[in-house]
Amino acid sequence: MSVERREARQPWILLSPAMAAITLLLFVPLIFIVVYSFWLRTATGADQAGFYLNNWNEALTDPFYRDILLNTLKIAAITTIVCALMGYPAAYFIARSRGNKAILLLLLMLPFWISYIIRTMSWINILGVSGAVNSILIWLGIIDEPLQMLYNETTVILGLVHFLLPFMILNVFVSLDGIDETLEDAANSLGATKWQGFLEVTLPLSLPGLAAGGLLCFVLGAGTYITPLVLGGSTDAMFANLVFEAIITQLNWPLGSALSLMLLAVLGALVLIYNRYLGMAQLMKGLG
Amino acid sequence: MGWFFIRLWALLVYLFMFLPVAVVVLLSFNASQFDSFPMTGLSFRWFVELWQNDAILRAFQTSMILGGLTALISTTLGVLASLALVRYRVPGANLISTMLIAPILVPEVVLAVALLLFLNFLSINKSFALLLFGHVIFTLPFVVLVVQARLVSIRRDIEEAAMSLGASPVQTFFEVTLPLMLPAVLAGGLFAFTISFDDITGTLFWKPGGVETVPTQIFAMLRNSISPEINALGTVMIVLTVGLPLLGAAIARQLARKSGG
Repeated sequence: MSVERREARQPWILLSPAMAAITLLLFVPLIFIVVYSFWLRTATGADQAGFYLNNWNEALTDPFYRDILLNTLKIAAITTIVCALMGYPAAYFIARSRGNKAILLLLLMLPFWISYIIRTMSWINILGVSGAVNSILIWLGIIDEPLQMLYNETTVILGLVHFLLPFMILNVFVSLDGIDETLEDAANSLGATKWQGFLEVTLPLSLPGLAAGGLLCFVLGAGTYITPLVLGGSTDAMFANLVFEAIITQLNWPLGSALSLMLLAVLGALVLIYNRYLGMAQLMKGLG
Repeated sequence: MGWFFIRLWALLVYLFMFLPVAVVVLLSFNASQFDSFPMTGLSFRWFVELWQNDAILRAFQTSMILGGLTALISTTLGVLASLALVRYRVPGANLISTMLIAPILVPEVVLAVALLLFLNFLSINKSFALLLFGHVIFTLPFVVLVVQARLVSIRRDIEEAAMSLGASPVQTFFEVTLPLMLPAVLAGGLFAFTISFDDITGTLFWKPGGVETVPTQIFAMLRNSISPEINALGTVMIVLTVGLPLLGAAIARQLARKSGG
C-alpha cells in the first residue's frame, strides 16, 4: 500500500470506534423506536409487531398528552426567560469585570459540578415546612404556621432555573467576552448614551450567545422529569414524566416509543431551526 | 450607577446559586435528628451513619466503578476521534463532528428509551452493561469537545521533528504526542467521570432492579422524606464532585507547565 493511502486511511481507523459506538447505541436505537412505535401492546402484555397506528393516534389526539406537552413547553419557556433575565446581567458583570475573571467564572462553574439531584433537593431545605424560610419567618414572628411553598409549578420552575442558569451565563459570557469593549466607547464618543450604546451595539452582538444559552435551557428544561418528581406536586407532570410512566411503570413500550419520538420531534425541530440560522459552532463554543 | 446595579444583580445571582447548596452542607452537621431548623448543635453523626449504611456504600461502589469504566472507554474513543478530526483533513469533517455530538442534541430521556428498547430487543436486559453503554454514549460528546479544544494547541512540527530524527510513528505517539496530550486526556476523563457519577435521567431507565447509583439512591431516599443523612450524602458528593475536578485542573496545569518547559 502506498504511503498516501495509508495516510488517508488513518483518520478513519481513529474515528471508527467512536462512530461505531454512536451508530449502534444512538442512531440504530432511534430508528428502532420509530419502528417500535407502530407495534401494538396486546392485552396479554406481549408486543405485536406490525404496522398499527393506535399509539400515534393516542399520543397525537388524546387531550391529556396535548395539554401536558403544551404545559411542558410553557414551563420550559418561562424557565428560559427567567434564566436570560437573571443570567445576562451576571454574564455582563463577569465579562466586563476588572477583577479576576477566571475566578468569577470558576465560581460560576462550580454548581455545574455539583450533583443535579442534590441541587434540586436542596430547595426542600430552603422552602420546606421546616425549611430555612419558614423557620426564619416564624422566628421573626411574621407567621405562626409554616407556609406550604413547595410542590407546585413555581417550585418546578425555580428548580429548573437553578439547574440551567449556569448554561445561560456561560454562553452569554463567551459571546460578550468576544466583543471589543472599545466599540461601546466608540458609540459613546459619537454621542450615544451608555444605555443606547449597550442596546444598539453590545446587545445585538451578544445575541448569538443569548440564543445558544436559550436553546440549551429550553431543550434541557423541556426534557426533564426528575425536577417535577422532586419539586412538583401530583399534577405538575411534564412530558418526560409521561414517557417514564409509559416505559417504566406501565411497560407499554410501543406507546412510550411514540411519546419519546413526539418529544424528540418538538425539541429536534427547535435545534434544527437554531442550526439553520445560527449554526452549531456557537453552541460548541459555550460547551467546550 | 448602572454598574452598581449590575454588580448587585450578579451578587444576588451568585447567592441564588450557592445558598441552597450551602444550606445542604450546613444541615448535614445538624445534631438534631430532624432535618430542620433551628439547628440544635453541630455533629458528625450523620456522616458516621452514612458510613454504616450498606445501601449507600453499595451505591457509592457502583457509581465509582461505573464512572471509572465510563471515563476509561469514553476517553479512549473520544481521544482517538479527536485526534482524527484535529490532525487529519477528513472529508465530511463537519458532518462527523455533528454526529459525534449528536448524543447531546437528543434529549436524554429519548436517548434512554431508544437504547433501553433496542438492547432489550437484542436480548440485552437491564444490566450493568446497559448502564455502561448508556453512560459512554452520553459522555462521549463532552470528551470530544473538551479534548478537541485542547489538542488544537499541540503543534504538529514537534512530532515531525521526532519522526525526522528516526522515531517510528508508534514511538512518536507514545513518547511525544501522548505526554503532550496528557492534560487533555485527563480533563476529558474527569469530565466523563463526573457526568457519569452525576447522572440520574438515563440511569433510572437503565439500572436493573436492586442496583442503585448514588444519585438514584438519593432519589429513592427522597421519596420517604428528606433526612439529615441525605444532606450528609449531598455534602460528600459536593466535596467529591467539586474537589476532584479542581484537583484535576491543578494536576493538568502542573503537567502542562512541566511539558511546556
